Order: sequence, then C-alpha cells, then structure tokens
Amino acid sequence: MFLINCPYCGERDQQEFKAGGEAHIERPKQPTELSDDEWAEYLFMRKNIKGIQFERWNHAHGCRKWFNMVRDTSNDEIKAIYKMGEKPPSQ
Amino acid sequence: MTKNLRVKSSEYIDETNRISFKFNGKTYHGFKGDTLASALLANDVHLVGRSFKYHRPRGIMTSGSEEPNAIVQINPGTNRTEPNVRATEVEIYEGLEASSQNCWPSVDFDIGGINNFLSPFFPAGFYYKTFMWPASFWEKYEFFIRHSAGLGKSPTSSDPDIYDHRNIHCDVLVVGAGISGILAAKNAAKNNFKTLLVDEKNELGGSTIYENNEFNKINNKTPSEWLKKEIEEFKNIKNLEIKTRTSVAAYHQYNYLLARENLTDHLEAKDKTNKIRQRLLKIRAKKVILATGALERPLIFNNNDRPGIMLSSAIKKYSEFYGVSCGSKNVFFTNNDSAYESAISLYNKGINVEAIIDIREQSESKIVKKVKEAGIKIYWSHSIVDTAGYKRLKSVSIMKLSNDGTSVTGSKISISCDCLGVAGGWTPAVHLYTQSGSKLKFDEEKKVFLPNQNTSEQISVGSCGGDFKIDEIIKNLNQKLKDTLNINETDLDSIKVEIDQENSKRNIWLLPSDKPIGKTKPFVDYQNDATAKDIKLALREGFRSIEHVKRYTTTGMGTDQGKLGNMHALGIIADTAGVKMGELGTTTFRPPYTPLTFGTIVGRNVGKFFDIFRRTPMNDWHVENKAEFENVGQWKRAWYYPINGETMHQAVQRESKAARESAGILDASTLGKIDIQGSDASEFLNRVYTNAWSKLAIGKCRYGLMLNEDGMVYDDGVTTRLGENHYIMTTTTGGAANVLGKLEDYLQTEWPELDVYLTSVTDHYATASLCGPNSKKILKKIIPYLDLSDENFPHMSFKESKIGNIQCRIMRISFTGEHSYEINVQASYGKDLWEKCIEAGKEFNITPYGTETMHLLRAEKGFIIVGQDTDGTMTPIDLQMDWIVSKKKYDFIGKRSLYRSDTMREDRKQLVGLLTDDPNIVLEEGAQIVSELNQSPVEMLGHVTSSYFSPNLKKSIALAVVRGGKDMMGKKLFVPMENKNINVTVANPVFYDEKNERLNA
Repeated sequence: MFLINCPYCGERDQQEFKAGGEAHIERPKQPTELSDDEWAEYLFMRKNIKGIQFERWNHAHGCRKWFNMVRDTSNDEIKAIYKMGEKPPSQ
Repeated sequence: MTKNLRVKSSEYIDETNRISFKFNGKTYHGFKGDTLASALLANDVHLVGRSFKYHRPRGIMTSGSEEPNAIVQINPGTNRTEPNVRATEVEIYEGLEASSQNCWPSVDFDIGGINNFLSPFFPAGFYYKTFMWPASFWEKYEFFIRHSAGLGKSPTSSDPDIYDHRNIHCDVLVVGAGISGILAAKNAAKNNFKTLLVDEKNELGGSTIYENNEFNKINNKTPSEWLKKEIEEFKNIKNLEIKTRTSVAAYHQYNYLLARENLTDHLEAKDKTNKIRQRLLKIRAKKVILATGALERPLIFNNNDRPGIMLSSAIKKYSEFYGVSCGSKNVFFTNNDSAYESAISLYNKGINVEAIIDIREQSESKIVKKVKEAGIKIYWSHSIVDTAGYKRLKSVSIMKLSNDGTSVTGSKISISCDCLGVAGGWTPAVHLYTQSGSKLKFDEEKKVFLPNQNTSEQISVGSCGGDFKIDEIIKNLNQKLKDTLNINETDLDSIKVEIDQENSKRNIWLLPSDKPIGKTKPFVDYQNDATAKDIKLALREGFRSIEHVKRYTTTGMGTDQGKLGNMHALGIIADTAGVKMGELGTTTFRPPYTPLTFGTIVGRNVGKFFDIFRRTPMNDWHVENKAEFENVGQWKRAWYYPINGETMHQAVQRESKAARESAGILDASTLGKIDIQGSDASEFLNRVYTNAWSKLAIGKCRYGLMLNEDGMVYDDGVTTRLGENHYIMTTTTGGAANVLGKLEDYLQTEWPELDVYLTSVTDHYATASLCGPNSKKILKKIIPYLDLSDENFPHMSFKESKIGNIQCRIMRISFTGEHSYEINVQASYGKDLWEKCIEAGKEFNITPYGTETMHLLRAEKGFIIVGQDTDGTMTPIDLQMDWIVSKKKYDFIGKRSLYRSDTMREDRKQLVGLLTDDPNIVLEEGAQIVSELNQSPVEMLGHVTSSYFSPNLKKSIALAVVRGGKDMMGKKLFVPMENKNINVTVANPVFYDEKNERLNA
C-alpha cells in the first residue's frame, strides 16, 4: 500500500487514490486529421515498463485533483510527483 | 495413566489458579499461564493430532507459532469454534475445549492410519498422476478427494464475536519483544520517537527471559535477570505503546503493516461477551525495526516425526518457562551447542537426560564440558538412523557417521527414551522482511538466508538479522540503532557482556540411514507429510524450480507455510541438484505470517455494514407500502409494489397499464445529477456529448449521449439549461460517480483552459417522476398557478416553481413515452413531495411503480438502458441512434473512433426489436440468436438484451443486438433454448406509439 504525497494535500494512503495509466499522452487537437493508425496509437498504445514509468494519479477520495507520478514499477518506489501541466523531472 | 510432569514452580505459571479444560472430551488440569500445549505436556499427553496424508500420530513439536503438528479445533461444535489453531499459542482458560483434527473416529484409533501402510502408493504428485484418467471419472474422484481434503471444520453458524480495525501511525515500529526488540524500543522511545512495540506472545522478553545459562552474563547478571529489570523500567517510558498477543501478519510496501491484536481469546466465555475479540491494526510506520528472532531447525532423519520428538529449544522453554518436563528419559540430537544448553537446563531441575547424540566430531565449549561433568553420555559423530514407538517415542537407533556425512557405519546402538530434543541450528525469521519486498542473501558459512537489500526504512536486529550470540547482538544492535535513529549514544554503550557460546555447527540437510532412502521416512514438512524422498523424486522427474518442487511435493504449503522444514527442502534440492543454495533462492513467504480469522479481516464491515448503501428520501414511504427493492449501484431502489399477494409479474403488469392509462409515479431520486457552471459550460457540453448544445435555449432540456474515446456508448441522460452559464446534467444511476470522474479528468488534464465548474448534486435533490395522461391534472392540483399549457410548458422544457413554500424544479421530460414531469425538490422535502403527489393523484388512481415497470415502459418505446442494452461495445450507430451524432461538430469525445474501419463495419452487432411468433412466449434476456437451426457449429448472431410481456400491446417484446441487424427488418430468426426453438421476427425497436403522440396527450 503506497504512501502518496498528493501535491495539494500531502501524504495520504493509497486507498484514497485512483491510478489513471500512462502520463503525458496528449489528446490530439485535431483528431479528424489523423489516420486510423495515428488515432489507434493515441487510443490504444500504452507502455508497460519494468522500471521508471510516468503515470497519472487522481486523489479521488480527497481533493479530486489529477497529478503525475514517476514510479519504478520494479520496486514501486515513487521517484517524483508533480502537478498536471508541469514538466516531468529529467531522468 | 496421567502423570503430573510439573517440575518446579515457574514465575510465569500461577499454581494458585488451577484451570480445568477438555481435550478430546477428557478433562485435564493446568494453571493460569499455561498454553494448551504446556498443559497437555504436563499431563504427559504428547499425541495430539494425525498428519494430513498418512494419518501418522503426531505430537507437540515446538513452543510457538511455527508449530506444524499440534494444530487443534478450538471449542468444537460451537459458534465460536476455530480450526487449525496451534496448541502452542492457545492460552488455557476455564471451560476451554479442544479436539484433534484429521482423525476418525479418534486420534488414538484413526482409520486413516492405514494410509501410512499404503504410503508406498502415495508418492509426490500422487493425485496428479492418479486422478487424471479416465477424464470422465473426475466427478467421482472429486467427491472422495473433497472429503479427505482440508484440516479441521469451519463454523456453521454466524460468529457471535465483534472485530475491529484501527489505524496506527508511529515513528518507529518494533516487531518482536525479545532482548533486541526491547532494547530497540526503549532507545527509540527515549529519543522521542513515537514507538510501538508488538509481540505475538503474552509475555515480553522472548527466549532471553528464561535464559539462565550460567556462562553468559549481562552486566554481571544472568540474561533473564537482567532483562526482567529492563522490562520493569521501560514499561513506564512515555512515547512507547506496547501490544502483546499481537502478531504482525503482513508487511507491505512503504512500511505499511497489518497486525492482529488478540483481546479475548485467552478469557473465559463469560468474559468474552460484548468485547472486541480481535483487532486488525493497520500500521503505517516511518521506520520499522524487525526483531522477529530465529526459529530452531529440526534435523531430517528417518522417522523423525514421532510424538515425543521435539525441538530442543522447545523442551528448554517448557522446562524453564512453564515448569514442565516433556519426558522422563530425555535424549538430544544435535549439530551445535544449543542442545547442551537444553540438557543442562533439564539437568539443573533434576530431569533425567540419557544421552546427547552429536553429528559433530567434538566441541570444547564450557557448556559441553559441563554436560560431560554431569555424566551425560555424548555420542560424537553419531546420527540417528531410526526411531521406534507408534504413538509415543520408545527408542532411537544410532550409528557412527562416516567422515563425509553421507553414510553410516558400524553397529547399531539402541537408546531407550520417551522424549527426543532435536537441534539443527537456527533459521532467522525473515518472513516479514521478505514480504516487504526486501531481498535476502545466503550466508554460506552460517547456512542461513540473511537480510541484504532493504526496500523501505527498516532494519533487522538480533537473530533475525543473523546475530546469534548476545555480545554480537548488543554490539550490532547498538550500531544499527545509532544509524537508523540518527542518534549518538544509546543505553547499549554501557552494557557489558560476558559470554561463552560457540557457533560451531556441522550442517547436513538430510542425515543418512542404514536403509536405502526409498525405505525411510525422513519428514521435511510435517504438516503436509512431505519427505526428503518426495523431494528427490520430484527432482528425478525433472522439476528444477524451487517454486515447482514446492507445489508438486506440497512442501511448505500447510497452514504453517513450512516454517520448520523449508530450509531443509532447499538444502536437499541444492545438494541433489548440485547447485548452490544462494542461486536456488527461496520460495515466497506470503502474508499472513500466521493464519488470520475472517472476522479480523472484515472487522466491522459485516451484515448491513458489509457494503455501504444509499436510500432515497422517499424510502420510508416505499417500505410502508411494501415495495420490493433492488440494488442499483449502491442504491436501494423500489423494484415493484405488490398488493394483495401479487407476484412480480402481476404487479408489473398492473403498474405498467396504470401508468399508460391514467397516472404513475416513480422515485427517480437516484439519477446522477451534476451541476455545471462557468462561461465555457456550453462548449464543454459540446465536447462531451455527441450532439450540439450551443443553441439550446435557457429553460430547455436535451437528451445527450456520452461516448468513450473509443466511440462506445458510456452514459446518457437529459441535461437542462438553467441559465446562460448554468446547466444541470442527469446521468444514469450507476454511472454517476464515473461520469463525474471522467468529466473532471478532461477538464483538469485536456482542457484546463475551459472555465467550467462541476459539482455533484445527486444527493441534494429528490425527484418524483409523474407520468401518464392524467399527470398534468395532478401537477395542476399541486401547483395551481403554474401555466401547464403546451405553449408555456412544452415537452423538453423546464420551469422553476414552488409547491407551497418549497422551491422546485420541474422538467417536462419522459422516459416512458407518456406525458410526464420530473419534479425536483431539496432532498429533505422529498417524502413530502411524494405524499403530495400521491394525495393529489388519488382520484386518478395514481399508481406508484418501480424500476421493473420503468424498464418495461421504456422498452415498449425502444429507449435503451446503458449497461443493459449496451455493454461497452456499442456505438450510437450500432444502436441505430445516428440522429444524435452531430455531423457538424468538429470534435467530441469518441468522434474520431466512429469512423475507424472497425466501427464502420456493416456486420457489427446492431440494436433491433424482436417479436416472438407466438406473442405469449417471453424470451430470456441473454438468450442467443441464430439464423440456421441445422448448422454445426451454429453461428451466433447476437443475443437478447431486454425482454418483457407488454400489457399495453398484449404481446411479448424484446430488444436484441444482432450482427448486421439493421438490414434484417422482417427477417425470421431463431432463439434456441434447452428444450425448444423459439421463432422470432426482427422488428422496429419502437413498439409503442411510434409517432410520439402520447407525449402531448
């Protein structure tokens, strides 16, 4: 059970949060311009990394804010947490 | 026959408090402070159970939670009964009853014992090999296998006890209150760390508390004397919370640990009532100090499982702590000095020790010399090759061990004895350590797995960290405490330790016998009856991974998770396969460390608290009027209102007719409601719904369909424009929370530039849906001054008004196809609103209807229910709802996916109506649809999603999804059922009032 440092509320138990999958996948601004393959890339393709992964998390049972997390999936160590719109820390 | 083997008063046993208890129906006596195991041993009862596979007689082996054999059923036949409880952990109380498990008719005479003689026919993998063929016999085999599987009996009536959960946050959690744990907790607390110390036993001090070895001194006192004084002092330290009878079950990531605190199991029945029995502690610790100690290993030799064969350390504890002698003729079998300490402990109490058999060539420590001086015979370089005695050990046979330790030579010597103490060295209890995700490393010299890489802020101290001698323990503990707590000095700086302990050990995982291994029974896992022979067989059959060998032989798969024998299993595999133990690794230690009761896990979340549920403000009225309820999400919704003993079908037919012929009323309070405000609210709706919203006039309502980005229908509902920048959206009952979450996600992450605010107001409003041709007249009676004319208040529009003094919002919208109004008031006025409607509607025979009638009425109109007629694979085009998908809008959620090649396929499943040729047959929802009957394999075209008998049309109607259904209008299809084939015809899904004339009726 992770202890997650919500950038708005502070350290809270993982039970209060919802995981939202891979981060930094921007919704295309002009979907109609995209080919089927390009749209499928946005829609379906997600990384499943053993190691450093960038993820979206939501403090669902708290402030309900979305934020980003850098997590090492091999040992679940949370490397960094930053707000939506902020630049990811350099690896 | 029963003897009293109490040797001397112990300070932990209150001999003034005599307790009677029953074991297997017979009454025995013990004293306050005894465990069931110590009390039975004091009564010379060793035989307490039968083994799982061969039903061999088994006795008490240990004195702690690692016990594999002495697992009993507590209070059999009562609602408080509990199976698989370790007799070594049960504190006795007046009236306690316990019985043996896995034996019939009795532990003394067990029919299953015949398995022991048939054992050559039960090798490893016996079940896998035997019950494979013929396959059709499996059902017959299963009956017998189920019958013989499992230990103990689960309770059959509900648990009368109360359980609880508690969250604890601390700076330092110390697990284990032996010498290391106590010193660690004391120094942490003294340095202002909020400290919690837990131990599974009822007394603090671990094994040091009865350590009276005269050759070891701490500050010139015996370890036990010194530690007792420490404990007295530290109980009053502030910042320190101590919990005994508390066993840590699980150690998760980020120092999150679960522990079970036992509060009443040691009390008499009369003292148990109305108290919390067990409490699950959910502990979040900044730092964890593991001081879980070490478990003594047995030795693996032929017939090493007879009642009377125990761990050497257990014999010492029973003698020193409980004042109980485990036998009158004791023999020890060892590979290190531990057994000598036990022997001296017995000798000092005047208990007879016949001999010590040592597989080492010699040892010159003071304790060994003392044993020699005491005149106890020592057999160096000898091994036990066999034991005798079926229900109690009678003798052991020993032979000289060859130099390489792989065989025995010379003549056999038989030594008569009734108790054998076995000492195979110590295994650090690293179970919790590995549960936390931390990694072990094998120490070739000590032959143990030791903590290596920590994943969280934790340290392992004392013997669980690999320090077995008191001087090492104190020295290393001191340094680790300073490092982890970041302090300069500790109490330990001034401790002076004198010791004479030697760690010399000769490690042989499987001891040889004079018989070939095939003729021996060297047990590795006592509880599951796995022998060294089984492990070797598994290796011969090609198993290599330790995890596979474990599952094939069931080694380590009992309720004790093989706490005693796992290391030997690994050692035997390593030796046989010729690999290093460090490379082999270990099996995974999984939570819980010792079994947990279900009660502890669920805590207070039982009965009506099992899952939260929500009731509408009108709920009391529904209950008073005998409604049946159904669960919709977390809501309890009125399902139908039977009167005069009506069946569900009868009630629904009556309600459905009344709603169309005169007036009906539905509690629609559960629909999700989201208040949307902000200058970009219209733009936001344009992006989340498939249809256009910019031109919706204030005071008007519009139905909207929401898709996922993959183009599949996600939710639907009516949204009303309350003002220029103000909307109220309704969602499905079950989808409300997810829809809000999804909208917030897009607002925060994709479109943060939009000025939109979302608020869930589902609980703020109560909603009564008034429908039917007389609904207008009823509403007029309630709000006489409101102009209800079609010109002023047309279909799909909204009015704000007042019922008396109560503010209300009324939407003229319809889910039934009838003229209808949804009246919203502040939730607390919900019941009042409902009763006013019922009162006003009396003269029109207003009929309350539930969710079932609502479903029927909307199905007559061909309106979908998201989640019933859709399943996450239906696009609006599949639903034949092309009309709601805007062609003009540049983008909305899911738009691009609607023209992916897959979503544009013509042969997708599409929503159609189905009519049975026989109008009285009602199809089953979920039934499959085919076009050919004599085809094999038959092609499934789709399935029925909604099906009812319509009282208004006087025939059966159904909605279905059918591959290419759009172009099948009028086509004959079949619904094959178990005993018949039903002929159906594809029809328009709108069965009733196709022109929507009734909306304005």
